[in-house]
Amino acid sequence: MRGFEYVRATDVGSAVALVSGDPGASYLAGGTTQLDLMLKDAVVPQGLLVDIGRLPLRGIATDGDVLRVGALTTMEELAADPVVAERVPFVSEALLAGASTQLRNMATIGGNLLQRTRCRYFRDIAVTDCNKRTPGSGCAAVTGAARMHAILGASAHCIALHASDLCVPLRALDAEVRVEGAAGQRTIAFADLHVMPGERPDVETVLRHGEMISEVLVPLLPAGTRSGYLKVRDRVSYEFALTSAAAALSIEDGVITLARLALGGVGTVPWRATEAERVLVGAPATARTFLAAAEAAIQDPFTVPGTEFKVELAKRTIVRVLRTVSGEQS
Amino acid sequence: MSDALRQTPELVTLTVNGSVHQVQLDSRTTLLDALRDHLELSGTKKGCDQGACGACTVLLDGKRIVSCLVLAAQCEGREVTTVEGVTVDGRPHAVQEAFCRHDALQCGYCTPGQVMSAISLLAEGRAGSDDEIREFMSGNLCRCGAYPNIVAAIREVAGQEATSR
Repeated sequence: MRGFEYVRATDVGSAVALVSGDPGASYLAGGTTQLDLMLKDAVVPQGLLVDIGRLPLRGIATDGDVLRVGALTTMEELAADPVVAERVPFVSEALLAGASTQLRNMATIGGNLLQRTRCRYFRDIAVTDCNKRTPGSGCAAVTGAARMHAILGASAHCIALHASDLCVPLRALDAEVRVEGAAGQRTIAFADLHVMPGERPDVETVLRHGEMISEVLVPLLPAGTRSGYLKVRDRVSYEFALTSAAAALSIEDGVITLARLALGGVGTVPWRATEAERVLVGAPATARTFLAAAEAAIQDPFTVPGTEFKVELAKRTIVRVLRTVSGEQS
Repeated sequence: MSDALRQTPELVTLTVNGSVHQVQLDSRTTLLDALRDHLELSGTKKGCDQGACGACTVLLDGKRIVSCLVLAAQCEGREVTTVEGVTVDGRPHAVQEAFCRHDALQCGYCTPGQVMSAISLLAEGRAGSDDEIREFMSGNLCRCGAYPNIVAAIREVAGQEATSR
């Protein structure tokens, strides 16, 4: 086994050069995923860790109708931002619904986007059947305890869930990520960042080895648009979602003029409910419309015995969040 | 190695409870293991060692974190506060006294983490109601189920702070 090395980066360029030039190297930011997988679960091989925690990529700034969030901003810092509270409150709600205060003080926004799945089979090195760890080896979760797994974007190859709460509203908002790499800087649409598992569940994002998220660009909602995040889980706090939904609605004279809806707890990637948005826009803001949107949102689910309940639960989660955001008293 | 990068010195300098320590550490050493095994500060407890239970909660630059998921090397130049560092003039912290009064523990193993988290929660202004206390203490598990008394202890300290303001 290769040794474990730690270096602390003092500028972005040298950090990118170091990781890009070493296939066994990776970035260390908050560490709550990386150290867990590398030191505790031994799922990620040990190698060079380049600590980027002190790079000047921390802070939040408003640039017109876009919030520019440094990748090293912590979850607690973004959740407490007054512009977030006023213009995209469901981002703050999603952040505070995730993890614990201790973890939110450590975990970064860039790292949150790149967090690895919580699939217990992926994280258990004693399990040999995992296409995400070893392509072609199979999937133990499909016939296993799958309550915390995905039903959308899933297949017999892999049902590992993308468990981020934050990514749900960011997907609804069409956020973007700025990325630094050996070949320079590029901007990636949030919708393109995460890759559906297909037959290669080991490929999780479009990032090339050595690329680092430096900034997340979060479009702010128009004034008057309301938003909300609803998370359904097995215990009331400090637990991953069974299902969740992030919704933003503008309603004029009882008619929906803007709708954004994304789902958590159900997808192998952060899931945008595009078909449901089409149902919502132009329709009256009524319970009947919300139910139709929920039906449209969950199409062709791939379920196993442990995840069948999520189809109905996800629909009810959608209806509930839409009713709440629309201001209807349920 | 570029000048812009620095290999972790085998000697790591840690500032804990106001004291500066230099320790020889393997680069894999977590802050938790450095505190317990190298600095003989065993007040901070190792529960799950995986970020799930909160027993190892300490303050880093005044904010609560779990010390099992951070490398000691990452903490160089930053202020670490452990349960050994919260006494005031040799007397227990108000939160510790309230935990005793309310019997907010049984086996006591999670207590240092609960106390550090509670001190932080009060500083964050998140002890406004029992529901708020429960929500923002949820990162600290108690196997014995002393939760009602933990909430009562924190509520009492929050009330004292409110009336002394």
